[in-house]
Amino acid sequence: MTGISRRALLGTLALAAPLARARPALAAPWHNIDVTGYLPALSFEMTDANTGKPVTAADFRGKLVLLYLGYTQCPDVCPLTLQHVAEVLRRLGKDADDVRLLFVTVDPDRDTLAVLKLYTAAFSPDFVGLRGDDDQLARVARRYRLAYSVAPATRTHSYEVTHSSAIYAFGRDGSARLLIAALSTTSPDIVGTEDDLRRLLHEPKPGWIARLGAIL
Amino acid sequence: MSLSKHVSPVALLRGGGLLGGAFLAAAAAFAAPSVTVSQPWFRYVVAQVPAGGYMMLRNASPDPIVLTGASSPACGMVMLHRSETTGGADRMEHAASVTVPPGGAVSFAPGGYHLMCMEPRMKPGESVDVTLMFKDGRTISTAFPVFGAAGKPSGK
Repeated sequence: MTGISRRALLGTLALAAPLARARPALAAPWHNIDVTGYLPALSFEMTDANTGKPVTAADFRGKLVLLYLGYTQCPDVCPLTLQHVAEVLRRLGKDADDVRLLFVTVDPDRDTLAVLKLYTAAFSPDFVGLRGDDDQLARVARRYRLAYSVAPATRTHSYEVTHSSAIYAFGRDGSARLLIAALSTTSPDIVGTEDDLRRLLHEPKPGWIARLGAIL
Repeated sequence: MSLSKHVSPVALLRGGGLLGGAFLAAAAAFAAPSVTVSQPWFRYVVAQVPAGGYMMLRNASPDPIVLTGASSPACGMVMLHRSETTGGADRMEHAASVTVPPGGAVSFAPGGYHLMCMEPRMKPGESVDVTLMFKDGRTISTAFPVFGAAGKPSGK
């Protein structure tokens, strides 16, 4: 009787131990919204404002990427959001070396590469301004279901820009991982986001199932 | 009713004469400023993009007070704006005017009302003058300390 139960218990432990190691996500919920498997991997072609050269998602493999759509002529919510991201990166300390925030302008007509470069640098050296043509921008927005619209000024309306406030976090392998929603508000979860990013940075390399998921 | 900041009883007394007493009485009635500006500040990122101005506007009078515009020697133009976040999208709209209710206050803070300073000419660490214009023709001038991209540290 005791022999059987002990064997059964050992069997359960033997099965549970590698599972627990393989799926640490089961252990604790994320502070932000887990989108693993719900969105396609990072993919884009744009111009890097820091270098003036074309870049693709492949250039950021190995880095944890935060993707944000905005525009520089936005004096209020964009700086508030970027200020909060910069604060998270400051708290990450050395870990922030492996994080890049990609600031994709939804207003490429007004946001020149020179302005984008100055603007992102004012917040953090780890921010990269990206500018695409209309097609390149539309492809990224569609891929991640991010909305934006630009209505140039008329006689009765001032120049108006609308854009999604969400930030997406992509793992080192380019897979979509988290939707970070609260950094654009006045009650951002700075500590929780720091915790999430640190966890993403230090998680073990994904197995082949996760890699396959990222490709699909 | 009036903005006593600009109606100094001393200046009125200099007028002297018989009317002095009447002016003094009137000035005394104005002594409590009906509109006050507190916690003013600008977020300045770079010269090429607008700076955002923030403050708390209080109205101690029994009547609504309507802010219709602002100007500053440090800005090419100043516009009243309001950010709105609905359904996960950020939008900014022009506000023709902002009404401060009697005995109430309106906060100009990140994510809501803000002064949009076009073509800013300022530096973090300095202060720049802003003149607020009200519907009844009165104005009030206040110095706005300038902060950088990281904004105003909390508690300051």
